[in-house]
Amino acid sequence: MGSPKVEIKDVAKSYEGKAVLQDVGLSVDVHEVVCLIGSSGSGKSTLLKCLNLLVPIDSGDILLDGKSIITGSVNPNEVRQKMGIVFQSFNLFPHMSVLQNVILSPTKVHGVSTGEATDLATQLLEQFGLLDKIHEYPDRLSGGQQQRVAVVRSLATKPELMLFDEVTSALDPELVAEVLGVIRGLKDDGMTMIIATHEMGFARDVGDRVCFLDQGVILEHGPAKQFFADPQEARTRQFLQRIIEAGRL
Amino acid sequence: MSSVGPPSPEGPEIGRARLLPTGLGLRAILREEGARSALIAASSTVLLIGLVLWWVLSSEAWPAVQKQFFSPVHFRAAWPDVLGGFWLDIKMFLVAEVLILVIALLLAMIRSLRGPAFFPLRALVIIFIDLVRGIPIILLILLLGFGIPALQLTGVPNSALFWGVATLVISYSAYTAEVYRAGIESVHESQRMAARSLGLTQFQALRYVLVPQAIRNVVPALLNGFISLQKDVALVFVLGVREGVREAQIYTASTFNYTGYLAATVLFLSVSVPLARFTDWYTERDRRRKQAVGS
Repeated sequence: MGSPKVEIKDVAKSYEGKAVLQDVGLSVDVHEVVCLIGSSGSGKSTLLKCLNLLVPIDSGDILLDGKSIITGSVNPNEVRQKMGIVFQSFNLFPHMSVLQNVILSPTKVHGVSTGEATDLATQLLEQFGLLDKIHEYPDRLSGGQQQRVAVVRSLATKPELMLFDEVTSALDPELVAEVLGVIRGLKDDGMTMIIATHEMGFARDVGDRVCFLDQGVILEHGPAKQFFADPQEARTRQFLQRIIEAGRL
Repeated sequence: MSSVGPPSPEGPEIGRARLLPTGLGLRAILREEGARSALIAASSTVLLIGLVLWWVLSSEAWPAVQKQFFSPVHFRAAWPDVLGGFWLDIKMFLVAEVLILVIALLLAMIRSLRGPAFFPLRALVIIFIDLVRGIPIILLILLLGFGIPALQLTGVPNSALFWGVATLVISYSAYTAEVYRAGIESVHESQRMAARSLGLTQFQALRYVLVPQAIRNVVPALLNGFISLQKDVALVFVLGVREGVREAQIYTASTFNYTGYLAATVLFLSVSVPLARFTDWYTERDRRRKQAVGS
């Protein structure tokens, strides 16, 4: 494998005395795809938000390209410019058209001219089959389309690392595939990604490695195929068994 | 016990006939009901107004009051000056409102910034808002309107008009900032998070993402503020500014007739009532649109 893109070291986080993350350590290489799985409330979302500095950590360290992003001298906005995040609830800006959503960060944060940003946005929207929606407002789009726009909005900032926070959990079942397809496409392009997901089949196919979080702790992690074929921990087997019983794997 | 007794023989029959008429029948009943409601509303209104009028007009003092407050001659005589003063009220209102909308938004944005680095700014804004909202506006006008010119500071205007309007701007900015802040807080937290995750600074997130959505939510409240300010500009008369109410007062002082106040009342109503109707109309339209989107 290549050099680590992100290294998470002994990260802990608690809300009002309740530990949400404990001693979490994880390293993700360039071009690697790591899937975070675990039940709701296991800390997957919090871990992604900590990486993006949207949630401050209590202790531990996070390195991006070998440099700590936790020290006070780091500008969080510069860190976020290298990392895209897509949320479960899309979070498109409802008062802006698709195009305006996509070019906001390139023009206001990255100093790209409106013309240039529009060209890139058009190209990305075409690539993701959304070109005919370019002037629509978010409330006129389906959930799947909104989520794909959210991915494009993130990609338009040319991130080196993409974080996905249960991006299909709020979608109708028939819309899940189009969003997962987009992420598969990104893997083929070599994007480094950390994906929190409840879609186990997808995690097995797309993930190079899988991490199982349970009550804020990484209980087990390993290569995706091996993880699903031969889980080591009793708690992991129990979790996977329930998923299989629910017909989701 | 009557509710559990046997239903009256006619009750259900009438009910069924009323509930299940077909075609024209239903419409006819609805039209009849509508006409009846309108008739009841009109007659009760006329009755109420009639009673109040009779009560007032039967007072022994009414002829004197009529001469003092409702004299057509004095109305015509006072009108030009009061109208001239009222134009100044309108101008003060327009200038103040524009400044208030801008300054209040800045205050609300500063108050919405997060993190320890912005604490001093936030604290200043909170102190300002608390102080201004804690002082009766008339007292604030007297304090600043007479106090600051008395200091004779170089480079600071001394005119009562300037300080009267400035006080209105200061006072209304504090209230309006809270209206904006409520609007900003009504936008879901995930919007702020999405904006920050794209690398926008706190200020950019407010400027491009939160405030545009917030303003849409608070337009009715802002319009209510317009109505309030449109009347409160008259308070600067205490500084001797010759606006509408002051002109009416001058007329009264020289003629011992109060009809000038009636002229001022008519003028203020001619602006505030349409503004109130517009606010209601806009709020209702806004509510319907939100329901349409929600469904």
